[in-house]
Amino acid sequence: MNTYTIDLSLRPTTFDLWHVCLAGTVAVLAFILIAVLISVLLGLRRCKSAPRTVEPVPAPRPEIKIVEKIVEVEKVVQAPAPEPVVLKEATPDAALQLLSLLQKEARFIDFIKEDVSAFADADIGAAARIVHQGCSKVINEHFKLAPVSQDAEGSRVTLNKGFDAAAFRLTGNIVGEAPFSGVLVHKGWQVTELHLPKLTEGHNAKIIAAAEVEL
Amino acid sequence: MTARYSVGIDLGTTHCVMSYVDLAAGDDNSTLEVFYTPQLVSPGVIEDKAQLASFAYIAHPAEIAEGASALPWTAKPEHLVGEIARSLGSKTPIRLVSSAKSWLCHAGVDCKQAILPVDAPEDVAKISPFAASKAYLQHLRDAWNHRFPDQPLQQQDLTITVPASFDPAARELTVEAAREVGLGQAVLLEEPQAALYSWIEKSAGDWRNQVKVGDVILVVDIGGGTTDLSLIAVTEQDGNLQLTRVAVGDHILLGGDNMDLALAYTVKAKLETDGGKKLEPWQLQALTHACREAKEKLFNQPDLATMPLAVAGRGSSLIGGTLRSELTRDELNRILVDGFLPHAQATDKPVSRPRSGLRSVGLPYAQDAGITRHLAAFLSRQRQATDEFSAIALPEHASFLHPTALLFNGGVLKAGVLAERLLAVLNGWLQTEQAAPARLLQGADLDLAVARGAAYYGFVRQGKGVRIKGGTAAAYYVGIESAMPAVPGLPPAIEALCIAPFGMEEGSEQELPHDEFGLVIGEPVRFRFFGSKTRREDKVGDRLDEWGDDELEELDEIEITLPVENGRQAGEIVPVHLSAAVTEVGTLELRAVSRRDQQRWKIEFDVRAGEV
Repeated sequence: MNTYTIDLSLRPTTFDLWHVCLAGTVAVLAFILIAVLISVLLGLRRCKSAPRTVEPVPAPRPEIKIVEKIVEVEKVVQAPAPEPVVLKEATPDAALQLLSLLQKEARFIDFIKEDVSAFADADIGAAARIVHQGCSKVINEHFKLAPVSQDAEGSRVTLNKGFDAAAFRLTGNIVGEAPFSGVLVHKGWQVTELHLPKLTEGHNAKIIAAAEVEL
Repeated sequence: MTARYSVGIDLGTTHCVMSYVDLAAGDDNSTLEVFYTPQLVSPGVIEDKAQLASFAYIAHPAEIAEGASALPWTAKPEHLVGEIARSLGSKTPIRLVSSAKSWLCHAGVDCKQAILPVDAPEDVAKISPFAASKAYLQHLRDAWNHRFPDQPLQQQDLTITVPASFDPAARELTVEAAREVGLGQAVLLEEPQAALYSWIEKSAGDWRNQVKVGDVILVVDIGGGTTDLSLIAVTEQDGNLQLTRVAVGDHILLGGDNMDLALAYTVKAKLETDGGKKLEPWQLQALTHACREAKEKLFNQPDLATMPLAVAGRGSSLIGGTLRSELTRDELNRILVDGFLPHAQATDKPVSRPRSGLRSVGLPYAQDAGITRHLAAFLSRQRQATDEFSAIALPEHASFLHPTALLFNGGVLKAGVLAERLLAVLNGWLQTEQAAPARLLQGADLDLAVARGAAYYGFVRQGKGVRIKGGTAAAYYVGIESAMPAVPGLPPAIEALCIAPFGMEEGSEQELPHDEFGLVIGEPVRFRFFGSKTRREDKVGDRLDEWGDDELEELDEIEITLPVENGRQAGEIVPVHLSAAVTEVGTLELRAVSRRDQQRWKIEFDVRAGEV
């Protein structure tokens, strides 16, 4: 049976295989230790300097927000309960304003409110001229109109899959799948530009024509 | 701070237009834009419009609801200007100020005195023509500053256009009005020149192919209230085309508004004879409006023979109260084409009747509506206008100056029939003198050209593009009583002393070499003042004791009062000589210079009181 004694005064006189292995292991461990230490140091330094360069660039933050938004939208879509449909409320001021313009330029309300049956066609024709002239002035000054379809009325048109159902209305024998082919009955109108007058604070738009008193 | 924009303001008789160009955009992608001016169109309603109607309305305190006259930049403007003034004024003319610009050039009226509206009763607070012009400029300035708060108009390059026929006093008043609203940097430009600049700008370099050396361009500008004529010569210097404005016409108060009124009176006469109806003033006004629309329709659609007219009653019953008539093409041709542009002869002169002695204060409207006769008189008077240019050869036998090209401006000439007639009449004159017909320069924007040209002028003033030369369009004289024994029954003879020659350039000055005047300190001294648009040879110091009737035109008197200062006593006589300078802005400045210590005093133009 081998017995191991510990004698610290002993010194190895030959480098045998065991000693070489031992020295190699020490060297490898030391190298690994140094490498780890250096990488930790570098990492620490990077962490310290990173906020400094990021701070003045605000770009990443909105990015994060957008991601959040998308997530939210997905959630809404996935929600089983249907959202209530919000209808757009037409602003009464704009409607009143248009009426006021038509009355001012074309005597529109006067014409509509008058009993036409009592008058001869010639008289109505003369009045209609004023109404027509004025209305076209109002429309031309405040709206820019363009036809929805550039094709001539009466010609055949084809609507491909995914056409804008709000801009083109199908009528008649609606069967089958797109593309649909049919006759353009009405070219449609769309407003491409509009500029209504602005109103001052406290302007009563409900008075579309003031009563006139001559002194 | 340097200007970012070059802004042009066409301060018109019936409309103002503001246009601008970004000076920072570089030469190639700079675009001229018209400024849409926010203005009240009726109480409480504001709209952006390309034109600001040059009207002011003096509202009664009870007339407009509180806050209904608010503009985006002020809760309560001092005067109502723009479309609202015109529409309210059409029903209440006693409170409407119109044609302020024409009053500025009206001799015999103090333009700083509150005289408008002329027909206003006692309790309407009248304003002066000067204050009205100021109000329009102030509105434009505020509208600009509201839209471009970082680029106030006070710091932009600004050009204001005036009629070529404006006299020195009217120019001075325009500049002064601008100065009082903080636009002291504004320079003046003559409207026909602005129209030509706009044409040059629009042609994008092609103008060099459309005109050639030796051309004489006649610019005819028929606006709403005035007709303005100018001649521009095309010459060559160092291989470059050069433009020189060689003559301008008289201030003719005749324009599109007269045409509409003439039509309305014709239809009125027809209604009164056929139907026996007596028209009320408001009906005539509505009829004028209807005639204007019918005129435009007839001009735009040559196959229409008649255009029905309808004037609605004022009550809410539209169908019952409508007045009916029609305007035929024959009437249109007879009244407008033959009435305003008659087949005149080149030797014709406008008919002028002696004014009746009892005349109320009013604008001196042209007595002869024949624009072609005014044109004939202008061209014959300016026969010598191009004599100094060797490149322009006028035949010996020519009885009038032969224009070779014609540029139109003003809304009236949008009507093809009128433009064709004017060209035909001019070419008829040229043909009788065996000259080649004048050609029409194409591509002009008749409504907005003046404002656009004014904005473009800012570019030109930076040395980009061709500049029209010209200087003063008249020579100026002071009247001196000649030293002759008085003859009973004859007014003392007057000599005219030339103090500023024709064609003085901006920024130049001329001093009288010898003549001395003794001015009494502390007392106003007045001089009679004359201008001549034809005497090109007179030099400073020349004395005329004789001149033709149409050669010299008497302008308003000029006045100087030497202040009591510098140790001088009232009543002391100071020997001075006169000097005339044309400022960079484009106004004429007269000064008295003391011989002794070179002290200078400004001589004022605007002394028009006392002659009304």
